[in-house]
Amino acid sequence: MRSGSDTPSQDIVVSLKGVHKSFGSNQVLRGVDLDVSRGEVVAIIGKSGSGKSTALRCIDYLESIDQGTIRVCDHQVHKPDVDLRALRLDIGIVFQSYNLFPHLTIEQNVMLAPTAVKKLARPAARQLAHRVLGQVGLLEKANQFPERLSGGQQQRAAIARSLAMEPKIMLFDEVTSALDPQLTGEVLRVIEDLANKGMTMIMVTHEMNFARKIADTIVFMHEGKVWEKGGAHILNSPGTPELREFLQHEL
Amino acid sequence: MGASFAVGYLMFLLKGAVWTVGLSLIALSCGGVLAFIVALCRIAPNRWLRLVTALYIQIIQGTPVLVIIFLTYFGLPSLGWSVSPLLAASLSLSVYVSAYLGESWRSSLQSVPRAQWEAAECLALSRAQRMMKVVLPQAIRIATPPTVGFMVQIIKNTSLASIVGFIELVRAGQIVNNTIFQPFLIYLLIAVLYFAMCYPLSILSRRLEVSAGEKAYA
Amino acid sequence: MGSLNFSIVFDRWDMILQGIYLTIRLTLLATAGGFVLGTFCAIGKRGKTVWIKKLCSAYIEAIRNTPLLVQIFLVYFGLSSLGLSLHAITVSIIALTINVGAYSAEIMRAGFDSIEKGQLEAAETLGLSRRQVYWHVILKQAMERVYPALTSQFVLLMLASSICSQISAEELTAVANFIQSDTYRPFETYIVAGAFYILLSFLLRIVFWVLGLMLFQRRRNLQAFI
Repeated sequence: MRSGSDTPSQDIVVSLKGVHKSFGSNQVLRGVDLDVSRGEVVAIIGKSGSGKSTALRCIDYLESIDQGTIRVCDHQVHKPDVDLRALRLDIGIVFQSYNLFPHLTIEQNVMLAPTAVKKLARPAARQLAHRVLGQVGLLEKANQFPERLSGGQQQRAAIARSLAMEPKIMLFDEVTSALDPQLTGEVLRVIEDLANKGMTMIMVTHEMNFARKIADTIVFMHEGKVWEKGGAHILNSPGTPELREFLQHEL
Repeated sequence: MGASFAVGYLMFLLKGAVWTVGLSLIALSCGGVLAFIVALCRIAPNRWLRLVTALYIQIIQGTPVLVIIFLTYFGLPSLGWSVSPLLAASLSLSVYVSAYLGESWRSSLQSVPRAQWEAAECLALSRAQRMMKVVLPQAIRIATPPTVGFMVQIIKNTSLASIVGFIELVRAGQIVNNTIFQPFLIYLLIAVLYFAMCYPLSILSRRLEVSAGEKAYA
Repeated sequence: MGSLNFSIVFDRWDMILQGIYLTIRLTLLATAGGFVLGTFCAIGKRGKTVWIKKLCSAYIEAIRNTPLLVQIFLVYFGLSSLGLSLHAITVSIIALTINVGAYSAEIMRAGFDSIEKGQLEAAETLGLSRRQVYWHVILKQAMERVYPALTSQFVLLMLASSICSQISAEELTAVANFIQSDTYRPFETYIVAGAFYILLSFLLRIVFWVLGLMLFQRRRNLQAFI
């Protein structure tokens, strides 16, 4: 459990019900049900192919769903007339491969969306950029191009870029999986800091210890469904044989 | 009266198209032989040979085809050699092909993985045998898609032969136009005929490139 | 067979310079116009509207599979049948723009396709509209990646401008035609013309190289020094 935080409110901000998704003949999601409250930190774990990344991507409409409903704040994501722009203002997502824009400096990467989408004036945007970069500890790298940063630094920059849009919910898609082990620490610290500040977060991760430390809820996905769900204790005493087997492989 | 005239004109155009294909084949075959020599010279052990050939390629690639044609058709007679439109066009286009295809084929030869050259050396094959039996077959496979694509360029460039009076498709159209005075329509028809000749080759070239790319991973 | 006389050609240096000037003007204007046209066409081909995709494809295939000489005549006679009597240079610029636009479109499309999907997803999820993604993320990177191919295409354009001599645009080749008929020295004249084209190709490549440095490299190279 997280230290020194308020308990999450009962206000449900993300709600998936009966979500099905196939890629061609491959059924990846077979009925996912998940509710996330405001301020809650959810860690989704499971082996590859269990559908965890897909479920995350569906929340931000990076994939469309075949069946079921997804609600984020007051956006009905499964409906064809959903206001994508408004949805994406409320959600920030960080990817495994950082996806920074290589032709822009770190500062420019962070400033792009606030100036282009929120029409912020450049000086105000720069101030905002410096604030979030300071928050992730990258202020001195603001004028560098991404290629000169380490993987950990690039990922922190990607987090700053999402934070600059002041989202209500942050999604993390295996953000440390592509990093060398010694670089994951700096990224996890930033995420933990965000959690302590009360950000609603859903993270797909392989870092079991980290999940145990900061998550309010652990969600174990298996064969396209939420197989087991509970507090951090389920990592110590798993309820289902599948989770037990998964945890044995992870260690 | 109108119909038979129209058919007559169309037949004349088609005859021009046949000469377009003919000139293209002449350029491809003569230019191709020269291109092969150029490609070999570009990777020859002799440094001077490589440099001179590289210079030749740079000069030809830096000059418009039309200027080469004019140089051949008007320039050579002033030096004492008489030149017909067909000869001028054939010579010019062959030189043009030799430079572009030569460079392309050199690149294909050098694309054959180094390991192949070395393996052939280890088998104690002479340089000529290495070339013929090991490197060339693979280079040909690599060179086929861009060469087929280049054939489209050759066909299009034969249109410039019309300017020195050779009766291929464009010239045929201009002759017909002198009778019926419908230049836009005639050039439209000419364009359609060129398209009919070039488009299948373009498609073929693209298909070959895709399958060559797939085979590379096989 | 007399000896070669190049000086009689160089006596006409003022005409030659005029021809070179027009060749350069044709090239630069058609390059700019063709690049813009080609970029819009590439964007159109990647869009969702089906009829725009088909139109762009048809345009590209039509241009790439017909000779420039025929295209120039079509533009020339097409415009005059519409009642417009434009200067030969203007007609040439239009025809060359249409021509190089098709080739640029294919080059830019390859550049666009080379941008990693992850970057596009990141831009989308930050809330950028499709137009903003093209402008801020895709365009500059794509240009940098295909810059050598673009450069080669525009050099080819300059060489192709020689064909405009056929509609009486007074660029370098047309000037050479005039000089050779006036001096009865075709061999020397066309050698000189060819030499100037080779020189122009070389200069054009240098200009594009410097432009490339300014557009893409400067800030990164500067980074290395700071």
